[in-house]
Amino acid sequence: MKPIEIITQVLELIAALAVAPLFLGWINQCRAWLQNRRAPSLLLPYRGIRKLFHKDAVIAERASPLFRVAPYIVFSAMVLAAAIIPSMGTELPFTKAADAIALVGLLATARVFLSLAAMDIGTAFGTLGARREMMVGFLAEPALLMVIFVASLISATTALPAITENLATQHLGIYPSLAFTAVAFTMVLLAENARIPIDNPATHLELTMIHEAMMLEYSARHLALMEWAAALKLFNYACIGFALFIPWGVSTGEGGPGALLASIPLLAVKLAVAGAALALIETLSAKLRVFRAPEFLAVAFLFAVLGLLVHLLLAA
Amino acid sequence: MPLIHSSLSACLGLIALWGLIGLAGLLRPMSVGFVGRTLFPLGALCGAALALVAAVSLAAPSEQLTLTVGLPDLPMHMRRDALTSLFIFLLGAASAGISVFAAGYFRRGHGTAPGLLCLQYHVFLASMGLVLLANDAYAFMVAWETMALSSYFLVTTQHGLAEIRRAGFLYLLIAHVGAIAILLSFGVMQGGSWQFTFDAMRGAHLTPQWAATAFLLALFGFGAKAGLVPLHVWLPEAHPAAPSPVSALMSGVMLKTAVYGVLRVTFDLLGHAQWWWGLVPLTFGLFSALYGVVFAAAQTDMKRLLAYSSIENMGIIFTGLGLAIVFLGVGMPSLGALALIALLYHSLNHAFMKSLLFLGTGAVLHSTGERNLGRLGGLIHRMPWVAWLTLIGALAMAGLPPLNGFVSEWLLLQAFLFSNEVPQPFINMLLPLGAALIALAAALAAYVMVKFFGVIFLGQPREASLSHAHDAGVLERIGLIWLALGCFALGLLPTQVIGALRSVVEQLSGAELPSAHAPWWLLVPLPERRASYSPLVFFLAIAAVVVVTMFAVRLFYHRRVRRAPPWDCGFGGLSARMQDTAEGFGQPIRHIFGPFFAMKRELPSPFDHAPRYRVTAGDRIWLALYLPLGTLVRRVADTVVWLQQGRISTYLLYSFVTLVVLLALVV
Repeated sequence: MKPIEIITQVLELIAALAVAPLFLGWINQCRAWLQNRRAPSLLLPYRGIRKLFHKDAVIAERASPLFRVAPYIVFSAMVLAAAIIPSMGTELPFTKAADAIALVGLLATARVFLSLAAMDIGTAFGTLGARREMMVGFLAEPALLMVIFVASLISATTALPAITENLATQHLGIYPSLAFTAVAFTMVLLAENARIPIDNPATHLELTMIHEAMMLEYSARHLALMEWAAALKLFNYACIGFALFIPWGVSTGEGGPGALLASIPLLAVKLAVAGAALALIETLSAKLRVFRAPEFLAVAFLFAVLGLLVHLLLAA
Repeated sequence: MPLIHSSLSACLGLIALWGLIGLAGLLRPMSVGFVGRTLFPLGALCGAALALVAAVSLAAPSEQLTLTVGLPDLPMHMRRDALTSLFIFLLGAASAGISVFAAGYFRRGHGTAPGLLCLQYHVFLASMGLVLLANDAYAFMVAWETMALSSYFLVTTQHGLAEIRRAGFLYLLIAHVGAIAILLSFGVMQGGSWQFTFDAMRGAHLTPQWAATAFLLALFGFGAKAGLVPLHVWLPEAHPAAPSPVSALMSGVMLKTAVYGVLRVTFDLLGHAQWWWGLVPLTFGLFSALYGVVFAAAQTDMKRLLAYSSIENMGIIFTGLGLAIVFLGVGMPSLGALALIALLYHSLNHAFMKSLLFLGTGAVLHSTGERNLGRLGGLIHRMPWVAWLTLIGALAMAGLPPLNGFVSEWLLLQAFLFSNEVPQPFINMLLPLGAALIALAAALAAYVMVKFFGVIFLGQPREASLSHAHDAGVLERIGLIWLALGCFALGLLPTQVIGALRSVVEQLSGAELPSAHAPWWLLVPLPERRASYSPLVFFLAIAAVVVVTMFAVRLFYHRRVRRAPPWDCGFGGLSARMQDTAEGFGQPIRHIFGPFFAMKRELPSPFDHAPRYRVTAGDRIWLALYLPLGTLVRRVADTVVWLQQGRISTYLLYSFVTLVVLLALVV
């Protein structure tokens, strides 16, 4: 293990933990601007997390240990996912332990624990949220896997850094298959991160909420961890998108520390643009009824399959 | 000098011991203490010893033995090779846990006496062992039929109930239709030599058409035992009807004998498989995987849910089989070996995790008397041991890393992913779409498991009587822990498991596995692909991050925890009835996969005094295929019934006419 690899790994982890709430704040700010509202502070998510950590936890009487341990597991899964995704450099020692399929499995683990914790108290909203979350999950997961398969087929590997390295170092061409899968991936990202049009992070309207319904019984540090994990998840998804579709500028180990340093502002630019784009999508679209969600995700899945077929037909 | 010099005779000895233990049950048939506390633990020890013998002999050269028992001039041939050893290991290891559990589980109730049950149970185990060891069609069929019959009696333990007798009948019927197909397949494979030993079949030269016929017949026969759609209808009836340890044996172990049989026929007895044969198990496997998991998601009976999930898993295993045949047939040995590893690995995994889940439901059933998910809930408080151990099984079944279910699905997806190099133009288009179906089935399996675990163990108890539920006893806990440890070991040490599977795969495919120069903790199936997975590092990393986070939170911001009534958005006044039921949890599935189900819905009108809502999600295949078939059989039976006059002179006349006709034909 070279020192540069460890530095990259640690740097990525710190960046993910630190920047994830900021990314969320940036999206919220952009959305407010687009909607002609006064924007909240960029640092609001940090303040929220800090405030929650300082409070006493209130836990339902009939909560089981599963309920209390779930936030830690969900948070850890997201931290680990951040360690796998090459957001700055591809020389990550930890990625040997988990490839892109294992990454999808890791996200699924987090989702399952989140849903189980939501069912633990036995309230109407908790189980409803768990059911909806699992429904979105089982539709989004195959679509995400298909997206990853297309990239894997192009690079003949499922190791995420190898895919990124391969896509980044090839001559600058456009893969039609990747164009299809990029659309699919964006749709999966919106659905999996509880964004409009599948879910609305800003509402607690009982009939429509998914993610928030699962959070209802959490408070204080448990809620803080869950919110932080949600921010990390969004950040991770964005970084998966960068790794697959705009991999340029990621340090591949040949450039040494210079390339790694150069990749940091580049990641910031990518995040800023992606955040603005997400805010634009969310502003332009309306929330779908829950039962339109399968159609939305089926379209995402079909786009990914289309990308796969295009790749196999045109070998491009 | 060692007491037993060959592992084959050791296996046979242990299997005979199972038979003796079963017979010993008849000594004191009504004594639960004797049967439960003595015989079943002995059977479990026997199973563990069998697993040990098989594990040691996995890489040993094959050995044969001829037993002069049975009919004169028809000795029973026995053989043990790597493939047999693997499945014997599966049988021994899984049954050890199940038998320990059963020791604490069987109590006196209605139905079969405990001693008789012990006999049936151990004959069932022994016959499965003999199926795996048989080296001629005669011994194989005798063992196969004994297996079917003993499990039939076990299924109908509660024979007082009409629906259980019906389930048993359906099981027996389809088992025999399958057995006839297997028999015919052996008939084709002897290739005109009229020698029914497996050695003769290996040497027989079949034309491609006959070889394909034999393969398809075997696939039909073993597919019926494996519950492949559309031959699955017995499985969700019979597996839940049996007592839970027997359900665990049937789902966890007996289904694997079908996998063994089809592997034996395809790769050993027939040899050179054509690549296109693989498309048949591939298609049916993929369909079964999706069909099984969709139906599992809609079930409200916890054991039926698990039975449908078994159909899904058998579908995944047969998909792997199809892939292996295709890859080996077109000359891609390393990918073929990978697909074989995935299928064998999944067989092992399924034996452990499905047994664990069935035993978990058994413990719940025992302490609550309820199988209906709609009357359970909140049991994690009353039965913490069962709940946490079942959670391990559920997470493994959901295919989540770092447990075992993920490893085999990962291997299968890796095999799928590089199928685009198959030189058949259409096939390499279609195969990656199979990966999409497997991904969908795996994601749905997670949905099913959240429903299964969440509705039974989490939330509030849906019935008042659940507050009397008690946790499992010591023996039952040991059985559950054994299987849960198996799930962990298979999940965390894939490199070692694959190393042990190596000799099996080399025997089946004749291909050398590519050996990767990777450290012991890193799984690298195909070195040139650079894909790797290390569950051990993965698990340790998750555990480390969880612990670090907990300590960090405790260190910096530790405030006290207060218990309060649930907030629930401030609504208040919630009862257990307001939780999602199993029907509610299945509703999105019924909505999305509507065409799969034959749905009947009764909606209440606003003016009803006692409004009722009832929905049944039936099986379309049952309505479209089996009911017309049943009607047809009944009609044929009605027409030939006039032959049965009930007078002995008529029957003598029939015999006479038959003899005359035969003589005329022969002479």
